[in-house]
Amino acid sequence: MTATSHDDAFVVFDRVQKSYDGEILVVKDLNLQIAKGEFLTMLGPSGSGKTTCLMMLAGFETATSGDILLGGNPINNIPPHKRGIGMVFQNYALFPHMTVGENLAFPLEVRKMGKSEREAKVKRALDMVQMGEFAGRRPAQLSGGQQQRIALARALVFDAELVLMDEPLGALDKQLREHMQFEIKHIHENLGITVVYVTHDQSEALTMSDRIAVFNDGVIQQLAPPEDLYERPENSFCAQFIGENNTLMGTVESVTDGVAAITLDDGAKVRGLAVNCGGPGSRTTMSLRPERVYVGGEEGLVTTEAEVKELIYLGDHIRCRMHVHGNDEFVVKVPNAAGHKHLQVGEKTLISWETADCRALDA
Amino acid sequence: MVNTADSSQDIAHSAPVTGPVLGNDGRPLKASLARSLRRQKLRALGLIAPLLIFVLLTFIAPIADMLFRSVENNIVGDVLPRTVVALKDWDETTGELPDNATFKAMALDLKEAVEDKSHTRLGSRLNYEQSGISSLFRQTGRKVKRLDVEETTDFVAAFEDMNKKWMDVENWQTIKAFSGRFTDGYFLAAADLTKGPEGIERVPENEQIYYTLLLRTLKMSLIITFSCILLGYPIAFLLATLPLRTSNLLLILVLLPFWTSLLVRTSAWKVLLQQQGVINDTLVWLGLVADNARLELINNQTGTIIAMTHILLPFMILPLFSVMKTIPPSYVRAAKSLGANDWTAFWRVYFPQSVPGIGAGSILCFILSIGYYITPEIVGGTKGVFISNRIAYHISSSLNWGLAAALGTLLLVVVLGLYWLYDKFVGIDNVKLG
Repeated sequence: MTATSHDDAFVVFDRVQKSYDGEILVVKDLNLQIAKGEFLTMLGPSGSGKTTCLMMLAGFETATSGDILLGGNPINNIPPHKRGIGMVFQNYALFPHMTVGENLAFPLEVRKMGKSEREAKVKRALDMVQMGEFAGRRPAQLSGGQQQRIALARALVFDAELVLMDEPLGALDKQLREHMQFEIKHIHENLGITVVYVTHDQSEALTMSDRIAVFNDGVIQQLAPPEDLYERPENSFCAQFIGENNTLMGTVESVTDGVAAITLDDGAKVRGLAVNCGGPGSRTTMSLRPERVYVGGEEGLVTTEAEVKELIYLGDHIRCRMHVHGNDEFVVKVPNAAGHKHLQVGEKTLISWETADCRALDA
Repeated sequence: MVNTADSSQDIAHSAPVTGPVLGNDGRPLKASLARSLRRQKLRALGLIAPLLIFVLLTFIAPIADMLFRSVENNIVGDVLPRTVVALKDWDETTGELPDNATFKAMALDLKEAVEDKSHTRLGSRLNYEQSGISSLFRQTGRKVKRLDVEETTDFVAAFEDMNKKWMDVENWQTIKAFSGRFTDGYFLAAADLTKGPEGIERVPENEQIYYTLLLRTLKMSLIITFSCILLGYPIAFLLATLPLRTSNLLLILVLLPFWTSLLVRTSAWKVLLQQQGVINDTLVWLGLVADNARLELINNQTGTIIAMTHILLPFMILPLFSVMKTIPPSYVRAAKSLGANDWTAFWRVYFPQSVPGIGAGSILCFILSIGYYITPEIVGGTKGVFISNRIAYHISSSLNWGLAAALGTLLLVVVLGLYWLYDKFVGIDNVKLG
C-alpha cells in the first residue's frame, strides 16, 4: 500500500520548505509520497512542523519552495475550497449557529447539490457515525465525543478522497479516545479513503496508521510502518519518542558483520546491532526496549551487571528500575510468569539481552 | 459582634419547624448557612454601599423626579384653592362664563397669591397651555390689591374692569382643564396634541414640532448607527485578525478619539465641513465642485450624521472587536475546506457569529445617539438638531420643566421599547460586550 515513486503516489511532497519569517525553516526539505487509500500519521512533538505540513496540504499555508501534488497535479496555487480535501479540526470547528444537519449539508449546498440528494447524503453520513437521530441538535448540545463524530461525518459527507485530521481526538478522555481510534480506523477501511493524520500521541499513531512519519525539527526522522518504527528505530530521537526506551552511552570500538563492540562510559564492554552509530571512535547511544531485557545471565546473550533500585508491582509484570552502567533510570519489565525471579531492592544481579535488540544509534 | 450573634440565633428559632435539615449542633442547616454567609453578605454590601447611595441619589432619584414632574400639576390647586372648588360645578362646554361666586373665589385666591407673588408662577405655568394668560395674571395681580372684597358684590364686572380678557371663556376653560393635581398636558404637548373643548386634538400643522423632532431623531440615529456598522465592521475585522502587536497599535488609534475632548472633535468638524472649510476647498481645488456651488455639509442633517458617526464609531468597533476576537479562525478554515469560497465562508459562517457584536454595538450607538446633545447643537443648525436639544431648551431657556420632563420620559419609553423589541427579535443574551 505504500507509494514508492511519484507515479503511483496520490499525495506528493516534493522538496517542500516552509518559513514564516524568512530566517528559520519550520519545514526543511520535506519529501513524502502517500499512496491512495493509505493511513499516514505525522507524529512529532509540538513545533516539529507536522501541523504546518498538514496546513500546506489543506491550502491554508503556502509552501515557501517545493511542490505539493495531489493526484499528480500540483496544487500550490489552488485555493483551499477548490482542493476537495476533507478536514477534521482539532476543536472540531462545527459551526455553532447551525444544527448538525445544516453543518453536514453545508459542503453539499456550496456544491449546489439538489435538496433530496443532499438529505440522502447527510443521512448516510450521520448513520455512518451512528448519529442519525442528532440532525436537529446544535453542536453545543452534544458531548465532545458526539461533536467529534459529527466533525468526522462533515469531512466525509462530500465524498472527499483525501481527509486530513489535525489532532482530532486530543480533547477526548482516554476511553473515548481509544474507542474513536477504532471507529476512525474502520471508516477508513470501509470507505477506502486516504487519511493524513496529525498527532503527538504515539500510541494513537501506532494503533491507527499504515505508516508513521516521525517529525522533529522540521525533518522527517523516520518514515515506517508502526512495527518497524517501534522495533527498528533508526535514530535515537525515534527510539526515545516512540515507546519506552533504555539508553546507554558509549564509544564504538569496532564494527564487525553489523555488530558493534562498544565501551560504555564506565568502562564496561557490551555488544549491539550497528544501525546508525558510525565507525570506531564515534559516540553512540544504545537503545534497548524494557521488555527485551532478561534478568539473569544466559549463554549467547550480552550479559552485564545491574543493581535493583525500585520495584513496582503492576499485575501482569513487575516494573524494575535498575542502575546499569551509569544509567539510574534503566527499566526492566519482569513478566509475572510462573517461577519468575523475585528481586529485592538493593540486590545486585545480572541482566542480558539479544545483540539484535540493542541498537547502537547516533549519539 | 454580640448583636450579630443574637440576631442569627433569632433566625435559627424562626426557621420552619416542619422537618428542617439539622446540622450536627442541632440547629437547622439553613439557619447555620445563613449565619455563616451573613458576614460575607454584609461585607459585600459595605463594598457596594457608596456606589449604591451615589446611584440612588444622582441617577434613580432624578429619574423618579423627572417622571413625577412630567405629570405633576400642584400649582393651580395650591394657588387657586377656592377657584378650583368653585369651578367644579361649572359646565365649561356651554360657552358661558362661570358664576359670580367663582369670580369671587378667584378674587380671594388672587389677593392671597399676590402676597407671595405665586400668581406670576401660575401665570407662566398656564401660559404653556394658552398664550396670554401670563400677562393676564400679572396685570390682574397688580389691580386686585385695590379691590375691596367686602364691598364688592358684582365680581364679574369687577374682573371685566380689571382686564377684559376675563370675559374670554377660553381662559376659564384652561384654568379648569388644568386644575387637577396631575395633568396629562405635558405629555399631550410633547406629542403635539392639545386639549380643546371637544377633547384631545392635534395642534395646527405649523405648530407641530415634537413629533417631527422625535421621528427625525430616530431616523438620524438609525442612519448614524448604520454608518457606524459600515465603517466599523471592516476595522474590527482587521483588528481581530491581525497579530496582537499590530492590532494593539491600531486599537490605540481607534481609542485615540476617546482621549480628545468631545468639544474639540466636534469643533474640528466645523472647521472641516463648513462652506469655506477644508473639504469644500479641496473639492473646489480638485475641480469636483464649482466654487459657487459649494456643498452644504454643516448646520444641517449631513453635518450631524458625519460628526456623530465619527464620535460614536469607537462604541461600535469595540464590542465588534471583542466578539470577533472570540471567533476562532478554524471556523472559516473549516468552511473553506468544505468547499466554500471566501465570500460564502464569510457570509455563512463568520458573519452570523459576529452578529452579537453588531447587536451590542448598534444598541450602544443607537441609544447614545438618540440622547445626544452637544454635537447636534454645534453642527446641526436648525434642521439637524435632536429632541434632546429641545429638552435642553425647555430646561434652560423656556423653563418649562414639565414639558422637558415629559419629552425626557417619552425618550426613555422609546428606548425601553426598542430595547424590548431588540430582546424579542435578537435576544439580549446574544449581546456580548467583551
